[in-house]
Amino acid sequence: MNFLFYAGKRFLQVLPALFGISVVVFLLVHAIPGDPADVILGQRATDERVKAIHHLLGIDRPLLIQYFSFLGHLFQGSLGVSFYNNTAVSSLIAGRLSATLFLMFGGIILALLISLPLAILAASKEGAIRDQVVRVVPIIGLGMPQVWIGIELILLFGLKIHLFPVSGFGDTFLQHLRSTFLPSLSIAIGLSPILIRSLRAAMLEILEADFVLTAKAKGIGRTRVMLSHVVRNAVIASVTVLGVNIAYLVGSTVIVERVFAIPATGSLMIDAISQRDYPIVQGVTIFFALVVVTVNLLADLIHAALDPRVAL
Amino acid sequence: MRTQRFGGKGIVKRLNFSANTALYSGIIIIGLLAIIAIAAPLLSHYDPIGQDLENTLIAPTRHHLLGTDQLGRDVLTRIMYGARIDLTIGILAVVFPFILGTTLGLISGWRGGLFDTLVMRIVDTTIAFPFYVMAIALVFVVGAGPKAIILAISLVGWVAYCRIVRAAVLVAKELDYVHAAKLSGLPTSRILRKHVLPNVITQAIIFSMSDIVLSILAIVSLGYLGLGVPIPTAEWGSMIQEGQAYILQQWWIPTIPGVMVVITGFGLSLIGDGLVKRLNK
Repeated sequence: MNFLFYAGKRFLQVLPALFGISVVVFLLVHAIPGDPADVILGQRATDERVKAIHHLLGIDRPLLIQYFSFLGHLFQGSLGVSFYNNTAVSSLIAGRLSATLFLMFGGIILALLISLPLAILAASKEGAIRDQVVRVVPIIGLGMPQVWIGIELILLFGLKIHLFPVSGFGDTFLQHLRSTFLPSLSIAIGLSPILIRSLRAAMLEILEADFVLTAKAKGIGRTRVMLSHVVRNAVIASVTVLGVNIAYLVGSTVIVERVFAIPATGSLMIDAISQRDYPIVQGVTIFFALVVVTVNLLADLIHAALDPRVAL
Repeated sequence: MRTQRFGGKGIVKRLNFSANTALYSGIIIIGLLAIIAIAAPLLSHYDPIGQDLENTLIAPTRHHLLGTDQLGRDVLTRIMYGARIDLTIGILAVVFPFILGTTLGLISGWRGGLFDTLVMRIVDTTIAFPFYVMAIALVFVVGAGPKAIILAISLVGWVAYCRIVRAAVLVAKELDYVHAAKLSGLPTSRILRKHVLPNVITQAIIFSMSDIVLSILAIVSLGYLGLGVPIPTAEWGSMIQEGQAYILQQWWIPTIPGVMVVITGFGLSLIGDGLVKRLNK
């Protein structure tokens, strides 16, 4: 019951953000200088044709009406239609979604594989040499541009040792996995400094909690306390930390897919810039914002389900 | 009880240096970078954008310490001139979000109520947009260049300052001397300026160090995507992008600009960490 109440409350909190997103994107597109009719017609623009296009796109109507019609389309799941090849933006995104998902999940899994052991190592003995060393990692890691990490990985594992493909996405599932390994690793290396810091702090807090003290007092061995009590809670903490950083993660995929020439959702947006194809820019921006809001919500709900104290 | 373990030898002492050592090392690193940026024309007699098509992609020599790129431009010179662009825009880009975020956080935390709710809803909306997605969309609107970068960083970056300052204000406004100032009838603007702000601004200043790193990363990444400072201006991000094609023969061309970013980030992080330790003493 508590959980349902919490879920409902969290869901209501999302609504203003969704409204805000729709307003921002709507205004963003209207701030674009130039007339979309000129983009569509190019050399063939005449007064009548421009007027016809304006009418077709509905941009001859008052701004408020336009906003509500935009909102109406959104509710029907329509993100607009590309100027360039007349395809629905939603299906363009759908076509590239798998590559983005490979990058996101690959990035998350590798980032956890890097950060969790390091954070546990550091937190298990605060102030020791290993803690000091682990704490230096984020200081250096935070300053690494992800494009650069990607290029160095290409140089090391793609060109010097021919372990992984350096570009493209492949055709089969296994090829996808192989092709997205290095890009996912770049994302993970970029994300890890943030995760290591938060997870280390979270774990130090858990180590001071009463139930850990009780376990220690009962004479349970150090390693067992670490594994059964601390790590378990650290995993819960990871969910929250990842939820908070989902926007950063999504942004990373946009950058990194470019380095490895992977045809994912971000490239769709970047390519649309040179073609002045603004429904795509608009659609992808909304799509990514919705992903962030949804994942944040899910992370909070998972956290509440795993840790009943949250919903209290 | 947490136990701090000190007294180890060698690496422990070196890594666990005092707040001042971290702060001063950071200031020295950033200071050196700043000198290189400012004195670039004195340190190198090459033109960062002047092409020399007879000497393209040559390996390091006495005349070209880091060789030349695909257009025969001296790589070391371009790295030094790149520091000008990346450091300047990186620092400029956090000024506006710092001021806006701190002001909004201050008022929001102090007044609470409807204003606070409204600001927090705007915060929720802003953090829903991944920075690079927002930046690319803004480049679409205002065109590639420093203007779009600064605008994008400002529109997204103020949120962090607003949250940090607001949280600090919520604590500070319950402090005794703030209550005393209120009771003695001082005008609100004076209380905020003289009593609350000095207390909360340190957190924002500390964050601004890592924020400069983030904004330099943004300039480099957008430069790499071809959406940043237009070529042929020497800028680390576009140097990484242009160098990627020649990575097998001249690995240092895309590598060294990245190393420069890492060094900059390291210096700024040291300053930030030094400030934290110093203020927490």
